Amino acid sequence: MELLKAIVGGMNYWIFIILMMIGLYAMITKNNLVKKLIGMSIFQTSILLFFISLAVKEGATIPILHHDQAHAKQGDHGEGGKHSDPSHKGKEAASAIEEGKEKPSVSHAGSSKIDPDRFTNPLPHVLMLTAIVVGVSTLGVALSITQKLYTEFGTIEENEILDQLKSGDD
Amino acid sequence: MKALGFIAVLGTGLLLLAASRDFPNWGDPDSPASSYRLSRHFITETINETAVPNMVTAVLADYRGYDTLFEAVVIFTAGIAVIGILRRYGSRNSIPSARETPLTPKKPDLIVESTVRLLIPIIQIFALYVIAHGHHSPGGGFQGGVIFGASFILLALARDLKAAQNWVAEKRTLILACCGILIYAGIGVLCQFLGDNFLDYQILHRILPTDPVMARYHSILVVEIGVAFTVTAIMFSIYSNLSSNGKMKEGI
Amino acid sequence: MIDQAPAIVLLAPFLTAVLVVLVGMKYERACFPLVLLGLSFSVAAAVQTILQVVEAGTLRYYMGGWPPPFGIEFRIDGLNALVALTVSTVALISAVYSKNRVPEENGDKISIYYTLLLLVVTGLLGMVLTGDAFNLYVLLEVSALTSYALIAMGTRRATVAAFKYAIIGTIGASFYLLGVGYLYIKTGSLNMFDIHEVLVAEDLHRSTTVLVAFILITVGVWIKMAFFPLHAWLPNSYTFAPTTTSCLLGPLVTKVMVYVMIRMMLTVFDPVYTFVQLNWGDIVVWMAVIAILVGSLSALAQTDLRRMLAFLIVAEVGYMVGGVWLANTAGLVGAIYHLIADVFMTLCVFLFAGIVFAKTGKREITATHGLFAKMPLTMAGLAVGALSLIGIPPTAGFFSKWYLIQGGMASGHWGYVVALLISSLAMAVLFFRIFEYALFGVKPAEGHGDHHAGDQGKFSEASASILLPLMGTASLVLLIGIFNQSIVSIITDFLVQFNLADPMFR
Repeated sequence: MELLKAIVGGMNYWIFIILMMIGLYAMITKNNLVKKLIGMSIFQTSILLFFISLAVKEGATIPILHHDQAHAKQGDHGEGGKHSDPSHKGKEAASAIEEGKEKPSVSHAGSSKIDPDRFTNPLPHVLMLTAIVVGVSTLGVALSITQKLYTEFGTIEENEILDQLKSGDD
Repeated sequence: MKALGFIAVLGTGLLLLAASRDFPNWGDPDSPASSYRLSRHFITETINETAVPNMVTAVLADYRGYDTLFEAVVIFTAGIAVIGILRRYGSRNSIPSARETPLTPKKPDLIVESTVRLLIPIIQIFALYVIAHGHHSPGGGFQGGVIFGASFILLALARDLKAAQNWVAEKRTLILACCGILIYAGIGVLCQFLGDNFLDYQILHRILPTDPVMARYHSILVVEIGVAFTVTAIMFSIYSNLSSNGKMKEGI
Repeated sequence: MIDQAPAIVLLAPFLTAVLVVLVGMKYERACFPLVLLGLSFSVAAAVQTILQVVEAGTLRYYMGGWPPPFGIEFRIDGLNALVALTVSTVALISAVYSKNRVPEENGDKISIYYTLLLLVVTGLLGMVLTGDAFNLYVLLEVSALTSYALIAMGTRRATVAAFKYAIIGTIGASFYLLGVGYLYIKTGSLNMFDIHEVLVAEDLHRSTTVLVAFILITVGVWIKMAFFPLHAWLPNSYTFAPTTTSCLLGPLVTKVMVYVMIRMMLTVFDPVYTFVQLNWGDIVVWMAVIAILVGSLSALAQTDLRRMLAFLIVAEVGYMVGGVWLANTAGLVGAIYHLIADVFMTLCVFLFAGIVFAKTGKREITATHGLFAKMPLTMAGLAVGALSLIGIPPTAGFFSKWYLIQGGMASGHWGYVVALLISSLAMAVLFFRIFEYALFGVKPAEGHGDHHAGDQGKFSEASASILLPLMGTASLVLLIGIFNQSIVSIITDFLVQFNLADPMFR
């Protein structure tokens, strides 16, 4: 029972590790260059899965404020021209969280106080948006190298390319 | 080689697995990543500091805006790299190609043609919506840019590369991509000229008729548009280089 | 008024890269001056940054005005500033070298080539300056993607090498990203300094996750820096790439990754953790010994000039990794000083290889025959770089080896000391062989194909645009050697905060 609990609780990690191993294996051992690239894609996607699964919180929703909540908050900004000092913003905010209270200027909108447990962690989403883009770019560049190899050697099998290099002069 | 690779892969897997006993359970709200002040600050303060309800957009384009600038640069780099690797200009094409697939001229298929003609405007409008609505719903420059780029790729697939290039010629894609980056970086440099840090949008309230928080809100939109330009252009550029093997004449 | 110098170091080459694409479409001749202008700005800003760091200590620059850990910051101390200045200087020098070489080697894509060149510099500078672990990954990929493309623009063997590099490099970068993820799951932060604080404050150094994160990051960085036995991608990539590419990437990429390793070991994880708690020093130093020996001895076996230099890089990486893991101040000072010195020494010899290739069109070592008479200035430039690599005073290489050997002796790693000496000997053999060819020519039996008795005496020096960079680099190697005290004092100021075992400055 304990084991089952451990496996189910950490299911996301198991899946990510298995996917990563599949991808890495294909990258290392496959002979066909495109298969290597497929492996690379799986490998990078598994990392995305890992990060995204970090963001999940039980009972939390997507990190976008509801309209009413957002408008109540936005209404405040019209009134008070605060945040003029950028250097204190972070500290102020951090201390506000620690003391469990909102800043005075927004306290009258206290009914819409945001509970951090109700929203998933937005940071991994942001990071993975970046990582997706990086993955796609790497894949694009690697595919174009593959295509150049194909026009120059007429094959995308690694051993055939190496054979041609060994026998022929360039 | 296979056995060696398998051992290496297994080793990596076991290494990663060894640590996972130590990890918080799936969906645990008290995991360090979720309970640390960084995540809490992003959730509770984004709306006060940037007025953007979508926290992902705010963190992406403002708190970590520098990251996102270079994310756009990665795309830009990939586009330039693909051109550098593949593009063969005009008659100076001296690389002997080992195998060239002969292309038979396609005759346009009526059903495909009409469907695509109907679909493309809808795709593009949806792309614009995704870009513009990134503040309030999932979306933003990257997603919208990819959708917009896909509309050109669809055209190139349905007709041929020439048809798509009549809309966006090769040079124009590059100019568009550069403009996107310049819009993004330009806002950052403008902040520097106004006497603040790179990409510190709130200083723009001096030239915009808004307060600092709303200046951030609007700058995020501008930045997303810049990103969308780059992504659209580069997506199409990479596709057309890959599909025509760098000759930019006929696609697949 | 906020000081913008740290940002300009990075932004100057980056914005120029975009401009080069736009301008290059219409006026291809304008690209080269633009590149020079952008890189000169970068060097000037880097000089200003380092002066400020020496004067006022650590500089901090908040991107977007958000204080860490919420935003991304540049935190620039002595180490960053030195490496950033080195990177931008080398970029400027190899850009000067590229003036005639790029039109010759990549004639139809001049503006594209220059854009990629500037972007790789942007990526490397960004990695050096940033204080955010994830941001480092993004810039790592910027520099990696451009390197793949720059290498793939060479001969068809270079394309094969570029593919291999792309696969291996992606594995390395992904390992690094996974390591950052493992740190994030435990600390919830991405800022390097903040991660360190959390690790110390919550006593996470005992956790398995942090250990695995350390292994992942270290292995990822080792792959990227071509530390033996993970060096398979390097020799072919630098041998067959266009010569400007190898002049730029050869010295820089591996050294910047060494910097990343030092930063990760000292700043993110604690030196107490990496050196005392893990206690891997012995194993890693022995691995470094093997790397040094394999690198130098493989270099001896090569006939291709640039391939030989590529194997020397493998050996030099062994020097630095070993020096860092000696875990005392002398070793670290040696490693960091060697990092800077080695960038210029390697640049010097790669420039020489590029000039030989430009003049003779040949890759082999034997192509140098009779060069002392033909190109005395070029040979003088090589001589400085070679003597520095061998380690003869007053060149920079002597002082760095001096510190490294001191560190090795202080921590009792005699194998490392012996390996350093053997490798110096191997380099001496290598370079004196070249000098011999250059002085007396090649014996007919060895190089009958290259033998042009008629050319031997003719004086035909390389053109200024490729000679000046070599002269500049050679004089920089000498200057770094002569002013070693001021550089070492910056490094020791940086290292003071870590309270390392300190046999040298007791």
